[in-house]
Amino acid sequence: MRESADQVFVNIKQLLLSWLAHAPDFVIQVASALINIAGLLIVFLTLFAAMSVLERKILGRIQNRYGPNRVGPFGLLQPAADGIKMLIKEDIVPARADKVVHFCAPILIAATAILTLGVIPYGRNMTPLSIDGGILFFFAIGSTTELGVFMAGWGSNNKFSMLGAMRAIAQMVSYELPLLITVLPVVMIVGSLSADAIVRAQAGYHFAVIPRWFVTTPWGAVAFILFFISGLVESNRTPFDVPEGESEIVAGHMTEYSGFKYANFFLAEYFGMFAVSGLAVTLFLGGWHAPVAILQFVPSYLWFFSKLGVLLFIFIWLRGTLPRTRVDQVMNFAWKFMLPMAFTCLIAAAIWHYAGRGISGFLWSLAFIALVYLALSRFLDTRRKFAPRTYRFAE
Amino acid sequence: MNTAALVLITIMTLASALAAATLQKLMHAALSLVVAFIGIAAFYFLLGAEFVGLVQVFVYVGAVAVLIVFTILLTRRESTPERFNWSSVLVALAVFAGLLWAILRTGSLSLTAPQLEALTVKRIGQVLMTDYVWSLQCVGLVLTVALLGALILAMEERG
Amino acid sequence: MNPTLQTFLIISAALFCIGLLAALSRRHAIFVLIGIELMLAAANLNFIAFWRFNAKPQPPTGVIVAIFAIAIAAAESAVGLALIIAVYRHYRTTNVDQLDQLKG
Repeated sequence: MRESADQVFVNIKQLLLSWLAHAPDFVIQVASALINIAGLLIVFLTLFAAMSVLERKILGRIQNRYGPNRVGPFGLLQPAADGIKMLIKEDIVPARADKVVHFCAPILIAATAILTLGVIPYGRNMTPLSIDGGILFFFAIGSTTELGVFMAGWGSNNKFSMLGAMRAIAQMVSYELPLLITVLPVVMIVGSLSADAIVRAQAGYHFAVIPRWFVTTPWGAVAFILFFISGLVESNRTPFDVPEGESEIVAGHMTEYSGFKYANFFLAEYFGMFAVSGLAVTLFLGGWHAPVAILQFVPSYLWFFSKLGVLLFIFIWLRGTLPRTRVDQVMNFAWKFMLPMAFTCLIAAAIWHYAGRGISGFLWSLAFIALVYLALSRFLDTRRKFAPRTYRFAE
Repeated sequence: MNTAALVLITIMTLASALAAATLQKLMHAALSLVVAFIGIAAFYFLLGAEFVGLVQVFVYVGAVAVLIVFTILLTRRESTPERFNWSSVLVALAVFAGLLWAILRTGSLSLTAPQLEALTVKRIGQVLMTDYVWSLQCVGLVLTVALLGALILAMEERG
Repeated sequence: MNPTLQTFLIISAALFCIGLLAALSRRHAIFVLIGIELMLAAANLNFIAFWRFNAKPQPPTGVIVAIFAIAIAAAESAVGLALIIAVYRHYRTTNVDQLDQLKG
């Protein structure tokens, strides 16, 4: 019973494939891939719709108002209304735009965002694309997003688009480094680039209570925070939504897009958010493993999606709480703080490994991280660089 | 190996490479170069070198293409339409004919692929860290020097 | 029909010649660089093909050489593009035919 609840989706897929038992090999492969893609799209498009309305509701609550509540019960049909609105809007292409590039950019961005979702293990035996270099695949495809943003900015032939694209690429390139380097300690400790192996390595419990997730080690906790911040930047979310700051440059690289193409960008932003959160869950939060040993009877995919939900809530929470950062602050933070701390995590993970992965390793790596953190905060002179600006209106 | 996939990938790669070489607008050429790079990565996947394919996409599409595009933006000024240089077409065709002749003449090249156990990332890492560890260090050094050199070259001269 | 080593060698020869065409026929420095990148990629494809069709695929030398070549190509294009920017700043042109003075 417990097994069947856990493996229900895997079994459904096997059932569907069993109709093709006598077909040639490549037909079965293509069919299996198509089933995976269909499942992925159904789940994440539903999640996208739910997220878009929940985000507005939660933001409304944070700001002391109701949020959307007109369409359907509690405003839950708002995504349908939004979708219809987007679909029937006029598709405007600027006269001086580069038509081909302008057309390809939203497709490229949405396609890469969907592709990155493929390598994440959603449950036991539930990885749509289980390849040996899964993590590398994620980042290889993810880095294509920059090109899509650039195409959108350049193809529109608009100064706001270009400026927004430049800002976006600058901050994405800067934060890709910490994002990658915080992944390295996990890859190093597990000894594999495969997402399945990483999740498998996090099975079990310390003292039968604390889960063996990497976030419970000092380097893992720091790396998780750094990874989450970098992910926030990569998906262009507040407080790092500098590239599309409405009050400064209209909508950044999306200025000249309307209708369904704009919806594509919106979808790519949310899918990027899902992908980064999903990877964070996989790398640091134990993937689909249960947090407590006695709760292991709950199906694995439920654990994955509840962890994903918590991270997505934090995304919304931060958006409702923090103001937008300045461009120079974002850059300074990346190069002067994030990068050294990411390298510190790498060394701390090595210390943890060589001190025997036990209590002493815990303490040694914690001490090392604390030392570097204190040194950085001492020498970076944060009071000058990160402090609020002082304004002198009249002497 | 799948013949249909090979034909499709070949057409895509060669067509986009040709576009990258001959298109008039620099930005279009750079973007079709990206398609050509993805096609080459697909070749690597087809040949069973997954890791190299992923590295190809990561380095070329994620880094080199963005660099090229940035350089195009920073140096855009003149747009005099070039007249096409037919003698270079002759040279390229001659080189291709020569290579083709050499390849077709060598009979030992017409072998089919042997069975191959999958090349894991772990295996590549082991080889890199044992047999090729000094080459790896040298490449790291070269990359560092290139990083610093590019930075110094592209920096504004203040004075 | 299974593709043989010859097929891949012919494909990479074609790719190499397209790169050569770009490097020879265009006057814009970035096009020359694009041509060089294409030629390097063709050479890489050859390395991988020879590795794949070798009867003894271990140790995977062809793959390792290809990885090194990709790293070096990245360094090369970074320095090359920085050079193009520096030259452009000085001469206000990227046409390789007009860069014929040794003296700045």
